[in-house]
Amino acid sequence: MAEEIGAAAATIVPSLPTRLRQRWADWYRRATWVDLFLAVVRIVILVAVCAGVLNTLVSQRYSATEWFSFIAFGLTIGGIYALIALGYTMVYGILRMINFAHGDVMAAGTFAGYFAATVIDRHGLIDSAPLAALVGTMIAAAACSALLSLFVERIAYRPFLHVRSLAPLICAIGVSFVIEYSLRGFFGTGNRAYPDWRPFEGSIDIAGVGVPKLQLLSITAAIVLMLALHVVVNHTRLGKAMRAVSEDRDAAALCGIDVGKVITLTFVLGGALAGVAGVLYALVFKQIAAFTGFFLGIKGFGAAVLGGIGNVPGAMIGGFVLGLVESTGPALFLDGLGIAAPFQLRDVVAFSMLVMVLVFRPQGLLGERLAAKRA
Amino acid sequence: MTLLSVEDLGVSYGGIRAVKGISLSLDKGSIVALIGANGAGKSTTLRAVSGLTEASGRVTFDGEDITDLPPHDRVSRGISQVPEGRRIFGRLSVRENIEVGALHRRDRAKIAADFEHVLKLFPRLKERLRQVAGTLSGGEQQMLAMARSLMSAPRVLLLDEPSMGLAPQMVAQVFSVIEDLKGEGLAILLVEQNAIAALEISSRGYVLESGEITLSDSGRALIDHPGVRKAYLG
Repeated sequence: MAEEIGAAAATIVPSLPTRLRQRWADWYRRATWVDLFLAVVRIVILVAVCAGVLNTLVSQRYSATEWFSFIAFGLTIGGIYALIALGYTMVYGILRMINFAHGDVMAAGTFAGYFAATVIDRHGLIDSAPLAALVGTMIAAAACSALLSLFVERIAYRPFLHVRSLAPLICAIGVSFVIEYSLRGFFGTGNRAYPDWRPFEGSIDIAGVGVPKLQLLSITAAIVLMLALHVVVNHTRLGKAMRAVSEDRDAAALCGIDVGKVITLTFVLGGALAGVAGVLYALVFKQIAAFTGFFLGIKGFGAAVLGGIGNVPGAMIGGFVLGLVESTGPALFLDGLGIAAPFQLRDVVAFSMLVMVLVFRPQGLLGERLAAKRA
Repeated sequence: MTLLSVEDLGVSYGGIRAVKGISLSLDKGSIVALIGANGAGKSTTLRAVSGLTEASGRVTFDGEDITDLPPHDRVSRGISQVPEGRRIFGRLSVRENIEVGALHRRDRAKIAADFEHVLKLFPRLKERLRQVAGTLSGGEQQMLAMARSLMSAPRVLLLDEPSMGLAPQMVAQVFSVIEDLKGEGLAILLVEQNAIAALEISSRGYVLESGEITLSDSGRALIDHPGVRKAYLG
């Protein structure tokens, strides 16, 4: 039903205006009322966003400093989303399945980081060696998340490796609840705060604008990890094996690759990244709770889908785009449209954009067309 | 010397018996052809030998019972399959595809030598090392799939329909490489629709019909066999 828009290839090559007219005529001929409706929706959204942006910019309601801090915040949260999204996208790439327990795996790591950080703080290490203390906290969180991720793979995915069924998804949702309610049972429903990383408090002046040090640190850590992952995926044996398994599991096995091991390591890698993302989140937002994982997991999943699920660079870009839209969106166009309390609609903006992307570009920003897959 | 032997191999897909207890053996430095119509169970037999499909019976390689080994352990022992439809990794480069074949090996010097060797066998690939494998032509993909398999330093090569969908000239080229490999001492189990061409280079042939071996003889004798002539030459 949903024909590809303007896919007709002309046999003779006419001039550009003629070609455009032909494409338009062709699209119009094939268009169903759904296509027409979507086209109208597209135009309305585009006009609304443009009007909002223009209005905001003309009225100069926000100073350059404020924009700068919106962007810095967007990159911070975007980096965290991206790190979470990588876990979803790598597992999807290899199993064509969503790991619904991923967000809670992250939350568990965040708690491990919390306890590690508390102990580290008690020994005065945050003041004497802040960076080492932070790395130690991240390692604790990453180790906990990686272990838990391994556990999820063993329980929910491994038994169904050779069966085509939705059982793993249901199992993963079950594991997700088990983790969530275990965290609640052990640590209660209240919020907990990481100790203050005193040496990293305050802000640094960049071009006359103060940016919190912790935000810079978080962005840097996220980017470093993504570069490291890029190297792993493209230049190591494990990375090559992962890409081979994600393309064709049987062919990879026939090349001597231990498919089960590669899948396990993929879960472990994704879990470790999520654990670090959880620590970064806790540093910037100061508080964690048993159910943090659900919400952040959805955001990370959204970022993965936005970038094109299964695509590693896509998850990175999707994370940053989601973070930036979320942080600048309310001020940029909601405010301009005269909507009251735009900043409380941050998630509305984020998820509306996600829905729009899925409607107009189902394969995500960098994803391949679904039809072309496994061609 | 028998390198690979299959005894009473049986495979069932949910109650349907695709392979019904077949036995065959393969000597070092020889080509054995497995021919038969569509759905006779040829590919299933190869998948069972590679360990991709669960099977009953016994598979012995070089005196060792490998029936219960997972596929990657069979590859590291020296059994390599070039699957039907080539199944190259389309998004990886040609070089990466070839390297993936040797991913489980640790002997760097030998891997480098094997890399040079497969490029000598398939000079076309050498010009396209950096190209994304999905953009290769069908014949080049077949060469790549064979090169990838050879990178695991196999002693037994299982070829599933290597000539499928190839231009006649390319078929001749692929078959001549197969004969070269036999000359290097590899044992080759060849599954082909192109029965006559396969039997011509095979020392032995098996005819598979609905999961059972109905005929087995030397390649030459099978070509002259009236039943085979009738089935494959019309």
